[in-house]
Amino acid sequence: MAKMNLLQAINNALDIAMAKHDNVYSFGEDTGAFGGVFRATSGLTEKYGRHRNFNTPLVEQGILGFANGLASQGSYAVAEIQFGDYIFPAFDQIVNESAKFRYRSGNEFNVGGLTIRTPYGGGIAGGHYHSQSPEAYFAHTPGLKIVMPRNPHMAKGLLLSAIFDKNPVLFMEPKRLYRASTGEVPEEEYYLELGKADIVKEGKDITVLAWGAQVEIAEKAAEKAAEDGIDCEVIDLVSILPWDIDTVAESVMKTGRLVVTQEAPLTNGFASEVAASIQDRCFLYLESPIARVCGLDTPYPLCHEKEYFVDHLKVYEAIKASMTY
Amino acid sequence: MAKDKQHQLEIVTQPSFLDASALKIPMLQILKEDGTVHKGADAPEMDKDLALKIFDTMQFIRILDERMIAAQRQGRISFYLSSLGEEAASIGSAAALDDGDMIMGQYREQGALAYRGFTVEQFMDQLFSNERDLGKGRQMPVHYGCADLNFMTIASPLATQIPQATGYAYGQKMDKTGTCTICYFGEGAASEGDFHAALNMAAVYKVPVIFFCRNNGYAISTPSQGEQYAGDGIAPRGIGYGMKTIRVDGNDVLAVYKATQLARKLAVEENEPVLIEGMSYRMAGHSTSDDPTGYRTREEEAAWRAKDPVARFQTWLIKKKWLTEKDADEIFAEKKAAVLAALKEAEKYPAPHIDELITDVYDTPPQQLQKQLKELKEHIRKYPDAYPKTASRLEGGND
Repeated sequence: MAKMNLLQAINNALDIAMAKHDNVYSFGEDTGAFGGVFRATSGLTEKYGRHRNFNTPLVEQGILGFANGLASQGSYAVAEIQFGDYIFPAFDQIVNESAKFRYRSGNEFNVGGLTIRTPYGGGIAGGHYHSQSPEAYFAHTPGLKIVMPRNPHMAKGLLLSAIFDKNPVLFMEPKRLYRASTGEVPEEEYYLELGKADIVKEGKDITVLAWGAQVEIAEKAAEKAAEDGIDCEVIDLVSILPWDIDTVAESVMKTGRLVVTQEAPLTNGFASEVAASIQDRCFLYLESPIARVCGLDTPYPLCHEKEYFVDHLKVYEAIKASMTY
Repeated sequence: MAKDKQHQLEIVTQPSFLDASALKIPMLQILKEDGTVHKGADAPEMDKDLALKIFDTMQFIRILDERMIAAQRQGRISFYLSSLGEEAASIGSAAALDDGDMIMGQYREQGALAYRGFTVEQFMDQLFSNERDLGKGRQMPVHYGCADLNFMTIASPLATQIPQATGYAYGQKMDKTGTCTICYFGEGAASEGDFHAALNMAAVYKVPVIFFCRNNGYAISTPSQGEQYAGDGIAPRGIGYGMKTIRVDGNDVLAVYKATQLARKLAVEENEPVLIEGMSYRMAGHSTSDDPTGYRTREEEAAWRAKDPVARFQTWLIKKKWLTEKDADEIFAEKKAAVLAALKEAEKYPAPHIDELITDVYDTPPQQLQKQLKELKEHIRKYPDAYPKTASRLEGGND
């Protein structure tokens, strides 16, 4: 075990993957010898050469087009999009190409070797274009897998699984936690299952569901609720697509209540999908309406970020409201 | 690096703007429109077998396109895209490649696929979306693909295959396969951002890729000159991105073959990406949903008919005494019979089983998707008359 922050865990996963197979490639804007604007790819060019870890020209649609082609050739393509906010020029390549590559060819071809890494989320004074959480756009696209880790241990095991998974994976890294989240991480290679939620804290009164950077917010809210004698079950969804409806439904059938939190705006966010599916599965078990605690339906603000952000107080209030419904 | 380049710049003290006159890109033509070879032309080495295989493929594509447009008009298939007039561009270039080279097409390169060995039955199975279709009936007609023949499955969005070709070729270079990728697209698709990303990245990474632009004059109804671009076509863009570029007469199969052969050598032996602009004309409509009489004249079409690539090549073959008119007619008749037989046969096969609806979305169907299929089947069993294609083939019970 070694103490690592989330960035170091990601760097370590990339290192292990690239050592394991010669045809694992890592690339993106500034990700070459410089190591990326967040340093997630630092040291990889020195270790594996500039043909395996390299810079791309400044063109996101090109990065994903290139990555799809490289993956279809049988290589493992790990493409970095510098900020999730800048992924949209590549939307067509991801939604119309990566996601449909296997299906449209009848499995003649696939881009299973593709992994898209991108930092997402707010809380860093990044304003409109360095703060967004765009997972829901992609969650509407069959053929993609979407994974959002909450801490270094999860990040390493999930990224290794994502890289070697037989499907294209969008791996969204909570950049607010890149250096803030630290923990003990096994130094060796290990894999965590995609599509499987993780019960972070067991409880009997109410289920609080979160993913990525929101999990620690949910945990903090649960601690505060515990002071009021409320026993929360906190679940990290881990994978947005496909998502582990069984684990969430079983928990809700036990507690009868659900609060879902997300950083992204309320309307049409992934929390809405969770709410719809869980009321369908657990209707007769529910003691109160499913609550969504989300960003406001505005572009991500700068000066009012603190007010906009889903913090533990907002989640705590939603927990209390659900308990006293 | 950037600094060094700046130091090499020639300094001038008077402002002057460059324009298209600074770069005149000629067009390689070996076969004249009358089917004779230009004097002093650097004609490719092409033996009789190869020449006849190219001609044979041309004849096949001609009759395939003709019969399938008719089949669409009769309501037997939903849609079709003809490559009439552009056979030399796709077949001549494919003939210059190795079977191990990857082909990434747009959707009008059935000639390249046929040259590789896709059978008439395989064409028909795709066009009829039947259970033998390699694509499992999931895409509209003409979206062919075949891993065994290194022909990447066609997708409708334009230009997405161009940066993919750069990425594919990068993998070929790294794996030292000694192969390259050819990527076809039209002059309209070359307006898409993906085109520019692809050429720039290919030049930066020096990958073995041949970008083959079929400049056929139209993007559906939009004419190339003046409405698709104001510059000198597509070729100057290759030079702008720092890659070897050549413009050829796309209706001259010898010029196309020669240019592609040289491009392949550059790509495979020197990791030089190459742009080829083949000047041609889309003799047919964009697709069976299009009617060109609304946007171009009969005179214009007639002028291009005189440059017909198949007739031109046939004249050359006859002059070389490798073919007679009678041979050509016989080949055509033989291809026609094969197409008609395969068409009738393909119609007999049913659509793929409803279970295939959820396979290949992922490597294995997730649980939620299995549940959705189960619910769908229950619904179909309840209303079998509304879903005749699948209802009769559903096994009983609660699967």
